[in-house]
Amino acid sequence: MTEPIIAIRDLRKTFRSGEVDVHALRGVDLTVEHGEFLAIVGPSGSGKSTLFNILGGLTPPTSGTVIIDGQDLMKLSDSGRTNLRKKTVGFVFQKYNLLPTLTVGDNIEIARDIAGFKGPLDQQFRDVIETLGIADKMDRKPRQLSGGEQQRVAIARSVVNHPAILLADEPTGNLDTENSTLVLDLMRSLNKKLGQTILMITHNPEAAAFADRIVHMRDGHLHAAA
Amino acid sequence: MVYKLVWENLKHRPVRTLLSSLAIGLGVTMMLTLVGVGEGMLRDQEARTRGVGADIIIRPAGSSAIGITPPNINERLVAWAKEQPHVTQATGVTIQPLGGVSTVHGVDLDELSKMSGGFTFIDGRPFQSGQEAIIDEYYAKEKKLHVGSAVKILNRDWTVTGIFRGGKLTRMMLPKTVLQDLTATTGKVSVIYVKLDDPKQTQAVIAHFKQTLSDYPIYSMDELASQFSVNSIPELKTFIGVVMTLSVLFGFLVVFLAMYTAILERTREIGILKALGAGQSYVLGILLRETILMAIIGSVMGIGMSYVTRWLISTFIPASMTQAIVYTWWPIASGITLGGALLGVLYPAIKAARQDALESLSYD
Ligand SMILES: Nc1ncnc2c1ncn2[C@@H]1O[C@H](COP(=O)(O)OP(=O)(O)OP(=O)(O)O)[C@@H](O)[C@H]1O
Ligand SMILES: [Mg+2]
Repeated sequence: MTEPIIAIRDLRKTFRSGEVDVHALRGVDLTVEHGEFLAIVGPSGSGKSTLFNILGGLTPPTSGTVIIDGQDLMKLSDSGRTNLRKKTVGFVFQKYNLLPTLTVGDNIEIARDIAGFKGPLDQQFRDVIETLGIADKMDRKPRQLSGGEQQRVAIARSVVNHPAILLADEPTGNLDTENSTLVLDLMRSLNKKLGQTILMITHNPEAAAFADRIVHMRDGHLHAAA
Repeated sequence: MVYKLVWENLKHRPVRTLLSSLAIGLGVTMMLTLVGVGEGMLRDQEARTRGVGADIIIRPAGSSAIGITPPNINERLVAWAKEQPHVTQATGVTIQPLGGVSTVHGVDLDELSKMSGGFTFIDGRPFQSGQEAIIDEYYAKEKKLHVGSAVKILNRDWTVTGIFRGGKLTRMMLPKTVLQDLTATTGKVSVIYVKLDDPKQTQAVIAHFKQTLSDYPIYSMDELASQFSVNSIPELKTFIGVVMTLSVLFGFLVVFLAMYTAILERTREIGILKALGAGQSYVLGILLRETILMAIIGSVMGIGMSYVTRWLISTFIPASMTQAIVYTWWPIASGITLGGALLGVLYPAIKAARQDALESLSYD
C-alpha cells in the first residue's frame, strides 16, 4: 500500500472576525489516494473553500493534522507554504484568475518561472495543451478568450509544474452547461490519462458526478455521500 | 519572464508610465542643465581668457582668481611691467560690474588686438573714442543688436560700432579711458595681461614680478585656467547639491505615488502570483524592476531634454549662458534619480510583498 496523498485528521480552522470566532472547519477527517478524483459538495458557508485554502497553503490550519504528499502542514512556515504552492498543489478558481496583461503562453510561463522551471515545455504538458484545445491561443490575452477558454488556460497553468494535487474551487461556477461539460470532461481525462489527483468543489450534482467519489460538507464537517 | 510581466505592466498604463518617467527625467534634466551651464560658462570664460593671448595675469592685491575685480591697480604698473625682461607687451583692462554677473570691460583696443592676434569684425569697425562700444556675435544675437544700435550702459547711450568674432576676453568692450573717466577710476585698471617673448620663461618672470608685487595674485595662463572649475565656485556647488536633493525628493514622490496606485489596482494580480507560489522576494523583485526600468526610461528622457535646454539657451540667451553636455554626469544624475526612485518604491513594494494572498485574491 502506498501512502495516501492527502491525510487529514480532526482539522479545525477558526477565523477571528472582530469579537466573534467563526468556526469554519470543526474537525474534518479525509483521506485521498493517489490518482483520485474527488468532488466536495455542500451549502454555501459550510467551509469548502476554507479546506482548500488550507490544503493549498494559502492559510494555516488552526489545529489537527494535515499531511500532503508527505509534508505536515502544521509544521510549515510561511515560506514552506509558499513552496507548497509552487510545486505540490495547483489551483483552479471560479474566477479563472489569469494575469490580464500577459498572453496565455506567458500566463503559463510565469507559473513555471515562479516554481523555478526553465527550458522548453515537456511533451506531456504539450499534450495537455492539445487536449485542452488552447494550443492555438497561446498569443492571446485573457480578455480575448471566452470564459470556457480562460478556464481551460487556468487548468493548463495549474498542472504545468506537475503538482501532486489539483484543487479546483467551483471551476464551472461561471460557465454555461456546454462549457462546464467540456471543462469537466477535460479534468476527468487529466485524471484518467495522467493519473492527476483532483479535488473539486462544486454546487452542481451533475458536475460532482464526473468525480470518482463525492463527499459532503456541512457546518465544517465532512460526510461521505449518502 | 519576469521582465515580460514588468514590461507589460508598464505598457498597461502608458500614460502613467510616461508621466512618471518624464517626472523622473525632469530631475535628471535639472541636474544636467545646471552642471552643464556651470561647466559651459566656465569653459567659455576660460576660452575667452585664453583668447587674450597673454602668458601672465596680474590681479589686484587681495582678489581671488576668478570673480569681478574692482579697478584698483595703478596703471603705472602696466608701464613698469612693459620694462621687465622678456616682456613684449602688457595691457591693463578695467572691469565695471553692471549688476548681477554682467560686466563691461574697458580696453585699449590696439594693445589688446596686438596681444590676441587681432580682432575679426563680422560687421562694422572698432570703436574710435567717445561713447562707442563693440560687442561679440553672441551678445548681438541675444540682445538683437547691430551696428548703429544704441545700448544703455551706466546710464549713458553708447553706439555699437562693430560686432566681433567671439572668444576674446569678453562680450562687450568700451574704450578704456572713457570708462575710467565715467567711473572716476582714471589711472586704475582691474587686471594686467602680460605677454612674453618666450613662454618658457613664464615661471621665472612670475617669480621676478613677485619680488616687487608681493601682495598681488599673479598667475600663468595655465594656473588661471585651472581655477575655472566648479570647485572654485562654492555657490555653484551648493546649488548643485540643492538640485540633487530636489531630484531625489522628486523621484521619491513620483515613484511612491505611481507605484502605490499601481499596487492598489494590482492587488488581485499579486494574489494570483502568490497563489502560484510567488514569495515576497518575487513580488518585491517585480516592483523593483518596474521602478528601475521606469528610472532608466526617465534618465534617457532627461538626457534628451538636456539637449533641448542646451538648444534653448544657445538660441535665446547665447551671451548670458552656455551649456555644455557633460557626459560624466549622465551616470551620476541617473544614479541619483534612481536612488530617489528606489526609496519611493520601497514602501509600496514591501506593502505588496506582505499582502495576504487570500485577501488579495478576494479583492475586486
Ligand atoms: N477570512 C475569513 N475571515 C472570517 N471568516 C471567514 C473567512 N473566510 C471564510 N470565513 C467564514 O468561514 C465560513 C466558511 O467559508 P467558506 O468560504 O469556506 O465557505 P464555502 O463552503 O466555500 O462557501 P461557498 O460555497 O459560498 O463558497 C463562512 O462562515 C465564512 O464567512
Ligand atoms: Mg467557496
